[in-house]
Amino acid sequence: MSSRRIFARPARFAAIAPYVWMVLFFLVPFAFVLKISLSQTAIAQPPYEPVFALTAGWDALKAAFAALSIENFKLLVSDDIYVFAYVRSLTVALTATTLLLLIGYPIAYGMARLPKSWQAVAMVLVIVPFWTSFLIRIYAWINILQHDGLLNQILLALHLVSQPVVWLSTDSAMYIGIVYSYLPFMILPLYATLAKMEPVLEEAASDLGAPPWQVFWLVTFPLSLPGVGAGVLLCFIPIVGEFVIPDLLAGSNSLMIGQTLWLEFFTNKDWPVASAAAIVLLVVLLVPLLLYERLQKRQLEQGR
Amino acid sequence: MTDELPKTHAATGAADGDASAAGRPLLRIEGVVKTFGTFRAVDGVSLDIKAGEFFALLGPSGCGKTTLLRMLAGFEAPDEGRILLGDKDIAQALPHERPINMMFQNYALFPHLSVRDNIAFGLKRAGLSRADTATRVAEMVALVKLEGLEKRKPDQLSGGQRQRVALARALARRPQLLLLDEPLAALDKKLRENTQGELMELQRRLGMTFIVVTHDQEEAMTMASRIGVMKSGKLAQVASPRDLYEAPRSRWIAEFVGDVNLFDGETKLRDGHRLVIGTRDAGTLVVAEPREPVGAGRFSIAIRPEKIKLSRRAPVSEAGRETMINSLDGVVADICYLGGTTTYKVKLDTGGIVRASVANSARLDVDAYSVGQQIVAWFTPDDCVVLPS
Repeated sequence: MSSRRIFARPARFAAIAPYVWMVLFFLVPFAFVLKISLSQTAIAQPPYEPVFALTAGWDALKAAFAALSIENFKLLVSDDIYVFAYVRSLTVALTATTLLLLIGYPIAYGMARLPKSWQAVAMVLVIVPFWTSFLIRIYAWINILQHDGLLNQILLALHLVSQPVVWLSTDSAMYIGIVYSYLPFMILPLYATLAKMEPVLEEAASDLGAPPWQVFWLVTFPLSLPGVGAGVLLCFIPIVGEFVIPDLLAGSNSLMIGQTLWLEFFTNKDWPVASAAAIVLLVVLLVPLLLYERLQKRQLEQGR
Repeated sequence: MTDELPKTHAATGAADGDASAAGRPLLRIEGVVKTFGTFRAVDGVSLDIKAGEFFALLGPSGCGKTTLLRMLAGFEAPDEGRILLGDKDIAQALPHERPINMMFQNYALFPHLSVRDNIAFGLKRAGLSRADTATRVAEMVALVKLEGLEKRKPDQLSGGQRQRVALARALARRPQLLLLDEPLAALDKKLRENTQGELMELQRRLGMTFIVVTHDQEEAMTMASRIGVMKSGKLAQVASPRDLYEAPRSRWIAEFVGDVNLFDGETKLRDGHRLVIGTRDAGTLVVAEPREPVGAGRFSIAIRPEKIKLSRRAPVSEAGRETMINSLDGVVADICYLGGTTTYKVKLDTGGIVRASVANSARLDVDAYSVGQQIVAWFTPDDCVVLPS
């Protein structure tokens, strides 16, 4: 009772905080971007029109509203460049997330089954790369993957290839970069669920006649699904919008949506189209998020 | 392995009958050793379990009883020794290859599966058809009285219901041997007592062989037909509950199982089948010579509190003096009323303290003793157990 009274006021503030944050740093900027996406380019400052001038009076505002149109969205749907960019982004994200799950799951499982004292060490090892700037690590990969880079030297020394392999500016290089960068985001939520799971459940399955692979598929994996969901979302969503890794490591013949956005903004100076592309991206990403949330809700309902 | 499951209870019984007819135990543990690092958790245990037995492994925590059980289930492999089920050495077999099932301490129910799917888990692994699985699940649900709860998830059940699901799940495959790891530890007292009775009833009805691990001696005494007491990785004594209580083999067992008064002393005289032993705390005691004769030397005399009678005055008649040959004068120091019985702590004139447990057979006990009262505590030579010191 007393603790509830002591914490009542701070708790109320803490409960409001996320909403304040959402409004200030998500909804307000989103409104700006939405407005720009409904505008047209103009050689002006800012480079679009109409501009809402609150001092110009009621009629001017009405005129500005009337000038808004969904032309940019029509363009996005009709122009192949954008459609391809979206499809490519989703394909890359899907492939990379699958790779991440296949690589991250065994690592997370191994970590969760280590003796307690070693788990902390493994955790540090997973997080340590973050101590170096992300950009520097990607440039390091350029070094490793280039024509006379470390990877080719090793492959040549082991006589696995007779000629240096072209890595840079290929999709392989991009996938290496993405998997490398996002692996901790896959491992950590998986590890958290797997470490929480009681090993005695696996023993029970084994005791009831399940060989090891069935123990995994019927008990371990289903129970780790919340971690799988979190890891997949944490990787999939940012990878769809990924800009730096494909820009530095992949070839320039097919662009992801992040790169297309960058082009529209900084090369073409077409803010309205770029804004429209950003909004469509957001909507596309909302779909898996909502699906995940519904899945979680259903799991919760089943649990009661 | 799994499809060798016997088809019916009757078949299980018949198979067990054959095994005992041949004079072979169902399970034979031979010189099993398990070490963790330098710690010998199980240190050379040999034990035979007959088909249809309800056997309890009893011991304090860390005595190795759980490790022994885990070796029977296959979660640990023994470093030395053999584990024979029938005439097959299963010491190195994996858990899923053994016709043995286990009921886990905290039940280890699969949280993502319903009651029905938990019970069906082992049946599906055994390759039973859908129809057979459904029939067997229904049978098990009825057996443990869980009708109507089949669709619930484990976290929607009470502790007692979860315990039943765990039992049904372990019994569903009709194992040759059922292992129970502290099966009742998570239940409250009243429920525990009821469940003890149900477990015994079930075991008798199914004719199955149960091995239960427990640290609760009362639970072991109530349920088991035979008890193995473990201490530091070794079997200290294997006996029926009665023998364990009335004829413990060592001072440690006497103290571990139940309450006991212990007096250390030396043999002074041998008089036929009686020994006269001089003790420091209780003077001279006359005790019956144990079945296996003991030589001279130091001994401990163990007397259970309920064997000690209290009386207001020393006997006058000759016959009375003979019955009350071990009479100790003292003063009531403490009284502990427990409902069914009352425990009196008597400070002896010779210096020791003796605890006597007296049944409260009358509701209105006008004769009750009071603290500070002069009293005589007495017991017969046959009530004493002579133990090596």
